[in-house]
Amino acid sequence: MKKQQTGQSMDRVDGRLKVTGGAKYFADHQLPELLYAALVCSSISNGTIKSINTTKALRAPGVQDVISHLNAPPVPGYKNSDPNAKDGLKIFKDNRIYSNGQPVAIVLANTMERAVHAASLVEVQYNQETHYTDMNANMGKAFQNNRMKDYTRGEADAWKKAPVTIDATYSLPLEVHNPMELAGIIAHWDTPDTLVLYAKTQGVKNVQDTIKRLFQIPEQNITVHSQFVGGGFGMALRVWPLEIATIVAAKKVRKPVKLVITRDQMFTLVGYRPNAVQRLSLGATADGKLTGITHEAVAVTSPYEDFTEGIVSMSKFMYACPNVTTRYKLVPLNISTPIWMRGPGEATGAFALESAIDELSYKLNIDPLELRVLNHADTDPEKDLPFSSKYLKEAYQLGAEKIGWSNRKAAPRSMQEDGMLVGYGMSSGTFGAFRGKATVSATLKADGSLILQSAAADIGPGTATAMVQIAADVTGIAPAKIKFMLGESAYPFAPQQGGSSTVSTLGSAVTDACKALQQKLAGLAISHVPAFKNAAPETIIFEDGQLLRAGQSEKISYETILQQQQLPEVNVVATSQSGEERKKYSMYSFSVHFTKVHVHPATGVVRIKHIVSVADAGTIVNAKTARSQMIGGVVGGIGMALTEEAVMDHRFGRFVNNNYADYHVPVNADTPPTDVYFINKKDPYINPMGSKGMGEIALIGFAAAVSNAVYHATGKRVRDLPITPDKVLDEKGYQQWKLENKMST
Amino acid sequence: MPQENDQQHYPHRKEKHEARRDFLKQSSAMMALALTPPLVIKAAQHDEAIAGIFEKMPVSMEINGKKIEVSVEPRVTLLDLLREQLNLTGTKKGCDHGQCGACTVHVNGHRINSCLTLAVMQEGKKITTIEGLANGEQLHPVQEAFIKHDGFQCGYCTPGQIMSAVACIREGHAGSPEEIREFMSGNICRCGAYDNIVHAITEVKQGGKTV
Repeated sequence: MKKQQTGQSMDRVDGRLKVTGGAKYFADHQLPELLYAALVCSSISNGTIKSINTTKALRAPGVQDVISHLNAPPVPGYKNSDPNAKDGLKIFKDNRIYSNGQPVAIVLANTMERAVHAASLVEVQYNQETHYTDMNANMGKAFQNNRMKDYTRGEADAWKKAPVTIDATYSLPLEVHNPMELAGIIAHWDTPDTLVLYAKTQGVKNVQDTIKRLFQIPEQNITVHSQFVGGGFGMALRVWPLEIATIVAAKKVRKPVKLVITRDQMFTLVGYRPNAVQRLSLGATADGKLTGITHEAVAVTSPYEDFTEGIVSMSKFMYACPNVTTRYKLVPLNISTPIWMRGPGEATGAFALESAIDELSYKLNIDPLELRVLNHADTDPEKDLPFSSKYLKEAYQLGAEKIGWSNRKAAPRSMQEDGMLVGYGMSSGTFGAFRGKATVSATLKADGSLILQSAAADIGPGTATAMVQIAADVTGIAPAKIKFMLGESAYPFAPQQGGSSTVSTLGSAVTDACKALQQKLAGLAISHVPAFKNAAPETIIFEDGQLLRAGQSEKISYETILQQQQLPEVNVVATSQSGEERKKYSMYSFSVHFTKVHVHPATGVVRIKHIVSVADAGTIVNAKTARSQMIGGVVGGIGMALTEEAVMDHRFGRFVNNNYADYHVPVNADTPPTDVYFINKKDPYINPMGSKGMGEIALIGFAAAVSNAVYHATGKRVRDLPITPDKVLDEKGYQQWKLENKMST
Repeated sequence: MPQENDQQHYPHRKEKHEARRDFLKQSSAMMALALTPPLVIKAAQHDEAIAGIFEKMPVSMEINGKKIEVSVEPRVTLLDLLREQLNLTGTKKGCDHGQCGACTVHVNGHRINSCLTLAVMQEGKKITTIEGLANGEQLHPVQEAFIKHDGFQCGYCTPGQIMSAVACIREGHAGSPEEIREFMSGNICRCGAYDNIVHAITEVKQGGKTV
């Protein structure tokens, strides 16, 4: 047998394109007669547009048109929508302004510079109304969306009766995905009802479906190209108003139009992780058994959509606790709509839950690791089902061993090293392990190469590489002879790349397509190849790219069958989805994060010195790209824990740090060596590969591992992310540091 | 000093200075226009051809070993010239403010943010972009190392990271992982491949190959 490909650290199949500049992202495409677009965005945060003067802009050199609600061709799908339906911002439909930065016009010119300049010449006057952007000042407007009803298991708010309790409030600021690639689109109407798009998206089929609905043209008339995507982290999970604006503009001028938005517009046009305030209350017995968990969350949304996510989900099933209550409300503000950001709501919720568990451990004087093991949920207490696989305890032990947890002294502020306060912290994370429905086309060529196609997206995890490895194991064909093609709407259906489900969903479809291809080859052999004549299909064995008959020595390679029959290729299309197994088992991935931090006693600066993350994500398909997923999530977690916060000036409803210099995503020097370990045990039920998802759990819980370590180092609990020095600083620590360092001032 | 080199390498540079003087003459024509009746100005504003002459300057440079001569508006950045006019789209725009490093290229051997430099400032300069780093089919050692160590996920920051990494080694700033982390901090990777990038650079540095 050939070497098993699954589990190998295979180099990325698109690595060469990425290191040579050959990978084409949406904005890298050039079309004849291309026009460049620039957006004019609202400078007020609530009100209406009084007038738009485009005279100067239209006179500027190279300008083709300025399009706004005054002259935009109507979007047919907007026509019959219910104005109270809260179904999104309808760009250029009317003069209503809901938030600062909302596009009010799009300027088209024959160069980018001319479009940008002309956009500055558009004069917009507004009727300004009072805006509301401060969540804390608008808590009275909080309401419940019926997607997220209150949840109670056992007795409501049972924590109040427990002998040992924690009742704390945690807050998380608004965070912005900020992928390196700026958002935008190239739109070209080939004919009045045929549209070609080069998009930045996590799902070409989703784009096609949205455009079909809004522009009411047949699906086959919409072509979406998106072969390379420069990061998404959730922001490319929907079609945004800026994309509709470009498509509308292209329709009006009947020329291809390219829009690439600016970094500051990335803060207002393509979603964000909503800021949230959470109250987490725990009740436990004196010996550490949880008796009650109550998790209440309030998060922001836009005036025109109710965005909900899994903020309170983890608290329902993570620990074996008989009494759990969750409540979740939204506050509508004059800002754009949020969207899932890596780890999504679960990452927000995990910060609160895993911080509170840590707080409880100190109150009980039980090791935080031990407390988690003590309350480990052996079965899913929410769904009352067994887990399909769960090796969390193993992950705890492995992580503890690798970080050197046994060196940790239990008392806070008890460890020092090189003049720094030393802290160790840990946390756990979990996210649903999903499997959706996907279709894969598999074509075997007469030269023995295999082409697989599906309309999946790849925002970076290495989808094509993993699919090649999976196909190689099913077919026995060498990886070098297999090509997996994605990012084209013309390919068979695949869902969006989101929710850590791509390998599970698409890998299953690849497996099924490859098996169907083998059956088709077997059929050909039985009909036409003498040695296989009249063989029962079930007696045919597939090995190393060849067909064998049980108990007989003759073999025939796949390509020989094609060559003998003079077939240029054999094609199958297979659709794959989950079955009854999902009703019998609760399916989750789990992660454990350990950190060691240094905190400067005088300045409160936190430096993470060492990270150990362990993933229980089933079978690892590619050890190299899986590690990259994990360290990537951890870097996102460092940002969440220590640096990221979009700061709004509520007087104007504008972000004051809407750029990479002031909104601090971690840079290389912010990140320490990171050790990643995989349990790498097959989930027997989820899918043929036994792989669960990894993208989200890489980040979920990480921020708590840092805040818990900061508490251990300093004795100061920071419940308000990010953990900036001002929140860690304390007078006592500073005075002591001065004394120890013989500082006089 | 760079000017001396430029004179040596670009004897035709003088001609370009003369071209600039021509431009100044044209600018005088613009002054004259300002004094002409508004109706004429209005007509001129609508005339693309006239605007094109007024607003563009000739510039020549060597990009990836190839001499190019173009006429650009003075406000066009080197990044936008590469991407939008020369179809060298490997160099990426991540912020347009010199804050992310995605647009890093080499100018006369030094790494710079091409979004923060104007194309007209590059007269006579030698520019290397990601497309010019490999020797034909033979990848540069840093490109090889990035593949081996998976120094990327989405790949968008990668051209900038690699150009920066090559310069980082040449500058002598790749002596330790800590030093690499410091001197590679001008290149943001939102996918968070930093640890792998450090491994890739360390391996090339320790391999001792000339980069």
